[in-house]
Amino acid sequence: MYAYDELDRTLINERVSEFRDQVKRRLSGELTEDEFKILRLQNGVYLQLHAYMFRVAIPYGTLSSKQLRRFAHVARRYDRGYGHFTTRQNIQFNWIKLAELPDALADLAEVGIHAMQTSGNNMRNVTSDQWAGVAPGEIEDPRIWSELIRQHTTLHPEFSFLPRKFKIAITAAEHDRAAIKIHDIGLRLHKNADGETGFEVLVGGGLGRTPFIAKTIKPFVPGRDILSYIEAILRVYNQYGRRDNIYKARIKILVHELGIEKFAKEVDEEWKAMGDVGLTLDHTAIEEVRSRFSYPAYEKLPHMPDELKQAAHDKLFERWRKNSVSAHKVQGYSIVTLSLKPVGGPPGDATAEQMDAVADLADKYSFGEIRVGHEQNLALPHVAKRDLPALFKALDRLGLATPNVNLVTDIIACPGLDYCSLANARSIPIAQELTRRFANHDTADLIGRLHINISGCINACGHHHVGHIGILGVEKNGEEFYQITIGGRADENAQLGTLIGPAVPYAEVADVIEDIVEAYLALRDRPEELFVDTVKRLGVEPIRERVYATR
Amino acid sequence: MTSPLEQKKIRITGPSVVTANRTWDGAVVYRTAKQGWSTELADSAIVNTSDEARALLAEATADDVGAVGPYIAPVELKDGGKVKPGNLREHIRAKGVTIDLQVPA
Repeated sequence: MYAYDELDRTLINERVSEFRDQVKRRLSGELTEDEFKILRLQNGVYLQLHAYMFRVAIPYGTLSSKQLRRFAHVARRYDRGYGHFTTRQNIQFNWIKLAELPDALADLAEVGIHAMQTSGNNMRNVTSDQWAGVAPGEIEDPRIWSELIRQHTTLHPEFSFLPRKFKIAITAAEHDRAAIKIHDIGLRLHKNADGETGFEVLVGGGLGRTPFIAKTIKPFVPGRDILSYIEAILRVYNQYGRRDNIYKARIKILVHELGIEKFAKEVDEEWKAMGDVGLTLDHTAIEEVRSRFSYPAYEKLPHMPDELKQAAHDKLFERWRKNSVSAHKVQGYSIVTLSLKPVGGPPGDATAEQMDAVADLADKYSFGEIRVGHEQNLALPHVAKRDLPALFKALDRLGLATPNVNLVTDIIACPGLDYCSLANARSIPIAQELTRRFANHDTADLIGRLHINISGCINACGHHHVGHIGILGVEKNGEEFYQITIGGRADENAQLGTLIGPAVPYAEVADVIEDIVEAYLALRDRPEELFVDTVKRLGVEPIRERVYATR
Repeated sequence: MTSPLEQKKIRITGPSVVTANRTWDGAVVYRTAKQGWSTELADSAIVNTSDEARALLAEATADDVGAVGPYIAPVELKDGGKVKPGNLREHIRAKGVTIDLQVPA
């Protein structure tokens, strides 16, 4: 956990006071909506179909039990008893009243939570691997760097009015769980030949109307220089990024139009021209931030405790353990993913009761810490293996032990037309129907790792382009239709999916997905070959033929 | 459903209303014939021509304190004069989400 200092606390409290005054002036008519809109967006407040939506940041996906309980409190007191975890380590409340928002913000500020820069054309929440600090083989905890970047970019005047929103993600593990290649800047922490820690810097990734996979702009930037290098990228973007056309304003378009070599050259020249602007991170500055992260006092525990051996005869426990429990860097401990994808449930939603209960379980079994992943699930990052059987029973009672992590029903979905004012079609009911179709866990296990991503419009909040199966809602003559892509992925081998055929109406989507999965099962050359690898080996055509032959 | 945020030209082809979100709480509201707002679609002023729609929208837009983001939305008039939302988006706004929330009552 990161402990905020006095400066952080003052900043957050001042923001609450400012926003309270802004809301008061809006409600009195002193501010028009045009004047107020940019102010509310700077505090994560959108206006959606039914109500205001309040987006709150969870920096690098790390939460304390106290903070999660406060989310439950906000959900219960100011909203309708639940919240929605997003694909960028935020939580959204869907029914909040503008008049009560300053109170909600004040309640969150008491536990060091805020909504600054969760919307608007600025630097958004810096995201990271939800297993940061506990994943085996990690170079080092990427959250140290996420926090350094967060501090530097928060309310930075040069980054507050960018041509468009700007997102950074960081990973330090071999397997990319932070989806860095679909971010404006992706940072991969690694060591060079001299053993020095630094970053591979990727730029120009993003989904939406014009999707691109990020390209490497520099293979190695020493850690001490990362702030100045990011600043150089932002300066080039600020100078050349388009402000005349919202659809061409993201940095990915600039990188694409200039070409990565020319863009890299511009950044290098800017970087050199900047000289020493006081952004070099010396050892003391890095260690100061590192020292504000607290780590658990792990016990020395056996790799295979008796409790785990005794529970091995319980089939339900074993199924869950194999699916949702992952290796930890410390012997005797595990990382436990809590599926927020129950059969028939809206992906990523958690009730206030569930949030409170998870906070209690985090206190009991995970040193009071919870993580939030971009896949819209939670995780307990420090669970002693001896506690896994008891934790499973508790999670099962809460509906949080669905053994479907990374399987076909672990669906990423945006709120879609049920909530979102930008959406063209519904996402959640499609996800719900698919989870019912694949509700049999034996079938899901047989299918293996398969990520379905659903977006209700081209803005791609559900990351459909990089789903192994991607589903995009569109409108045709007032009806909901869905385009389906296959072969996308969001990890270290990220790539965009390929359209498999004509868009299908709402009522046929689940049938088509079932047919795609059946085609994969028939075409894979062995049970271990994952869906995405079968598509890579065979291309789209054999699957298209089977799925669309009778349509 | 094409977002009304992209609504540029005002040309209606059937009965329509002006709808928005109430400023203080964001609730869905409809412009009434009495130059106010109501949360009930049944209370809305119905317009049938583009000129009427433009006039109603202009009047609604002038009330910046009462409601946010007014736009013209289609409705269907059923037998007996009952007003129904004219598309799925407006149905969801009027009736709520179409999903089982699994939230305790």
